[in-house]
Amino acid sequence: MLKARGLTKRYGDAEVVRGLDLDVERGECFGLLGPNGAGKTTTLRLLLGLIEPDAGHIELAGIEVPRRAREARMKVGVVPQMDNLDPDFSVRENLLAYGRYFGMSKAAVTARVPELLEFAGLASKADAQIAQLSGGMKRRLTLARALVHDPDILFLDEPTTGLDPQARHLIWQGLRRLIGAGKTIVLTTHFMDEAERLTDRLAILDHGRVVAEGAPRALIETHIEPAVVEVFGEGLADWTARHAAGLCQRFETVGETLFCYTRSPDTVIEALGNAPALRYLHRPSNLEDVFLKLTGRDLRD
Amino acid sequence: MRHFFRFPLLSWRFVPVWQRNYLVWKKLAIPSILGNLADPMLYMLGLGYGLGSLLPDVGGMPYLTFLAAGTVAYSTMNAATFEVLYSSFSRMHVQRTWDAILNAPLTLDDVMLGELTWAASKSLLSGLAILAVIWGLGLYGDFWMTLWIVPVVALVGFCFGGLGLVMNAVSPSYDFFLYYFTLVITPMVLLCGVFFPVSQLPAAVQGVSSWLPLTHAIDLARPLVVGRVPDDIVPHVAALLIYGSLGYVVALALTRRRLLK
Repeated sequence: MLKARGLTKRYGDAEVVRGLDLDVERGECFGLLGPNGAGKTTTLRLLLGLIEPDAGHIELAGIEVPRRAREARMKVGVVPQMDNLDPDFSVRENLLAYGRYFGMSKAAVTARVPELLEFAGLASKADAQIAQLSGGMKRRLTLARALVHDPDILFLDEPTTGLDPQARHLIWQGLRRLIGAGKTIVLTTHFMDEAERLTDRLAILDHGRVVAEGAPRALIETHIEPAVVEVFGEGLADWTARHAAGLCQRFETVGETLFCYTRSPDTVIEALGNAPALRYLHRPSNLEDVFLKLTGRDLRD
Repeated sequence: MRHFFRFPLLSWRFVPVWQRNYLVWKKLAIPSILGNLADPMLYMLGLGYGLGSLLPDVGGMPYLTFLAAGTVAYSTMNAATFEVLYSSFSRMHVQRTWDAILNAPLTLDDVMLGELTWAASKSLLSGLAILAVIWGLGLYGDFWMTLWIVPVVALVGFCFGGLGLVMNAVSPSYDFFLYYFTLVITPMVLLCGVFFPVSQLPAAVQGVSSWLPLTHAIDLARPLVVGRVPDDIVPHVAALLIYGSLGYVVALALTRRRLLK
């Protein structure tokens, strides 16, 4: 459904995307993860043919991009990072106007509007102005708008950033319905739970390159020890110096917490029994641990 | 910059963009029309009667007629300029409406052509309203001849829409539009024969004036009001077309650099 080879984009001397290869199968939900500035949004813009790559080859829905981007975009729905609903129109008018951009007749869009409003949970808000909608409603409307022309593939750029948990769950529910209906989805996010929940496969991007790719579970199994013991409290530095290397397969101290990655958490916990001043949290390792291992803990702003 | 320059690819896909602006305008059409028209109309009637009563014929016609002919072009220029500066800028920069449209199968060429044709359409109304006053007050020489003012007004709207889009492309905020008005629009109004004949200006300034698009617009509109066939129709029409098209092409490259880098 989507194929990119050797995708490269430079701005002056900065290479923002560096030889990226991507493959997304039909019906798959694919995640693009990465810290701020890793090149996620630039990659999406390249894939849509909005900007031209300096090198590389893209095929979107079987159509060469950017040469035939216009045709390719007929088959793609986009949910951008920043809401750009049309504030001069009501909810219904937003859908009608967007359908016209795809060359749909008024009758064709009008026929689709009730279904789209139901999908977005906005049936009672059809005539509301955009300014009257909550953040979650705006996102849902943006998602419905992206579906107006019944695309095969959906691009979502951080679809739940800035939403409260209730609103996020509603978006996830909507996305699962779309996945169930056989749509192909490409989403960027930096919420690891979102990626773990929704995606079949994901790629972690850093400095414009794919640093890991695979199913979320498989990535956790391949890249990291199965368990994490987070240790904190009085005398941590001392305990770390004496025991960490022996007990943990890998460890790092971040602020006042020791992250001990291990295959045998029981041994670690037993040892911690002799250090009553320390407290700990034992949990299975997750995608966030993989992400931080591969992209580091430095701030990327 | 060369990287962003491409010859525009025109397609009919600009129509939904025009339509979008039209539908939004329709919601507030009456206040919008009144707001657009009151200002030039008041100037024209106030100065035309007030100042005109003190003056002999100007350019071979009563001052009110002279001023009305200039105001057709001036009011059209203003309406087109305001539309592509403030309104287009809101849609491009503030509301991000252009970004949303670009995710559909439209290119920037389509979006900006939609904006340009919309600005020309809206300014057509402004020009026509002044024309209606000219008819109402009987300021014309030959009624049928004044109908030619309609395409002239459309052309003037296209010309200044295209030029204004360049300013739209390079402005970081609304505040910068003031420069355009102070440095481009206002001098043009004073140099191009809206309020007084260009022949009153020093020869060197007249030379400058003959290159300005508003001069060409007025040289077409004024004879048509008094019922004469304008001189040099082809160069005037060509000048307006070239200014507008060049503005569109340059604005397209600059906006591409701004939005699609």
